[in-house]
Amino acid sequence: MRGVLIDAPLVTDSAAGSQPAAEGVTIPRDEVPFDPSVPWRKSPSVALRPEPFGALVYHFGNRKLSFLKSMPLVAVVKALQDHPDVPSTLRACEVPPAQHAAYVTALATLARSQMIQRRTEEST
Amino acid sequence: MTAVLPSRPVERPTGGRLIDQFEYGLDAPICLTWELTYACNLSCVHCLSSSGRRDPDELSTAEAKALIDEFERMKIFYVNIGGGEPTVRPDFWELLDYAVDHHVGVKFSTNGFRITPERAATLAATDYVDVQISLDGATAEVNDAVRGQGTYDAAMKALANLQAAGMKDFKISVVCTRHNIGQLDEFKAIADRFGAQLRLTRLRPSGRGADVWGELHPFPDQQRELYDWLVAHGEGVLTGDSFFHLSAYAAEDGTPGLPGLNLCGAGRVVCLVDPVGDVYACPFAIHDRFKAGNVRSVTAPADSRVIDFDTVWKHSELFTELRSPQSGGACTSCSAYDSCRGGCMAAKFFVGMPLDGPDPECVKGHGSAGLAAAGERPASSQDHSHTGTVRNAPVPLTLLTARPGAVPAATARPDKACEESPLAGFSPGR
Repeated sequence: MRGVLIDAPLVTDSAAGSQPAAEGVTIPRDEVPFDPSVPWRKSPSVALRPEPFGALVYHFGNRKLSFLKSMPLVAVVKALQDHPDVPSTLRACEVPPAQHAAYVTALATLARSQMIQRRTEEST
Repeated sequence: MTAVLPSRPVERPTGGRLIDQFEYGLDAPICLTWELTYACNLSCVHCLSSSGRRDPDELSTAEAKALIDEFERMKIFYVNIGGGEPTVRPDFWELLDYAVDHHVGVKFSTNGFRITPERAATLAATDYVDVQISLDGATAEVNDAVRGQGTYDAAMKALANLQAAGMKDFKISVVCTRHNIGQLDEFKAIADRFGAQLRLTRLRPSGRGADVWGELHPFPDQQRELYDWLVAHGEGVLTGDSFFHLSAYAAEDGTPGLPGLNLCGAGRVVCLVDPVGDVYACPFAIHDRFKAGNVRSVTAPADSRVIDFDTVWKHSELFTELRSPQSGGACTSCSAYDSCRGGCMAAKFFVGMPLDGPDPECVKGHGSAGLAAAGERPASSQDHSHTGTVRNAPVPLTLLTARPGAVPAATARPDKACEESPLAGFSPGR
């Protein structure tokens, strides 16, 4: 999606089987694939605003706007910081195993738009 | 309004498409336009806020800062500042700094007259600030006829200053008219030349735009030309999602359609705060009919000047109503309704068409019948237009005959200063 009125690039998650509202994030061809086995965290440049259906995500650096379309996904994004990898985060947040793949897809989208980032030794 | 748009109980669905969630509103807008002043050094014929003269009741510097504090509290991360010409406010640059310091990013629209090399350098050095230069023709001839003499050159100078200062990602903002649809490639070339991003938006019959819309809005074949051009250029050309009425073409012929939010966001994800603090459903709907309230608190003592935008956004009667499911009216049976959702509320309102009927520029052709049957155009509820002569007033390319019986705007202006000013023609003895 190119812009929701503010002309800010919008990225949408597709968690829990729901259809994304629109496409539009250009993914560079040389993108490193999302690796769920390493530690992740919400980017320090990102702010979450609670919404009735989940949260609005705003990146102050690249001015991208995104939405987390479910409360459990909001909980997962917040919890990434406290766990060594994505699967353990999902287990801690009690995400049913059948939905893990959808969550990994959603997190991969957020990683591509730098909403979440790999946690390194220095940043933990 | 209830009579026109029957409301049903508000019951937000769980999950589903984002667009369905947006219809029920957000806890804070994602696109807030804040017009800082009605004062403007120009008198563009299509000004959607009928700007010109400052309003004596405009928010003070202290109130404007309190409103920015409120934006920060509500996590409104980004606002679009406009006017009038926002840079004529003496505290404009102070407010810009204040907003950025309080995590409220700013994109401001300007005619460019005041974007000097020094200002451009400051802007280039400030994070979270974005600039948008208005340009309504790729040539001076087309641009100046709408925006005023010398405005093309001023915009070009501003663009050059921004480029020279190393500013990145600034915008060139174009209102699409029948005179400039044929210049889309030239606009793109200008943007590329300055390293700017092109932004195209729809001409609305709002403000003074109501008087010229009939003469300036694109012809049906030009709408198609615009749609095809936008589809072809896709990424990289911004639209503010203002052409969602054109997405009906996609439903018709299987073209990929326009990216973005095909939804009227008024009062749901979008709103406007005007210079005196009035809150309207969208920037194109400055009219009492779409006024939700005022940011000056109604519960605090009258002279306390306490700012309370949050209550207006969350609880005003108008916004609550706009967030209720609405009837598509005459459009419901149309095969394209899911794509265009009936088009732009403001466009319908200001040409006197019912809000639950087709858009006046409906690409299926339902607009023309609606226009012919339209009721009386609503009278404007505010007008800050200059009353005297303006130094560089635009000289329209064609005679303006917007509606039968209306005085053509070109002749509505006094053609001699003496008609307005008792001192006109007086010159002190030399």
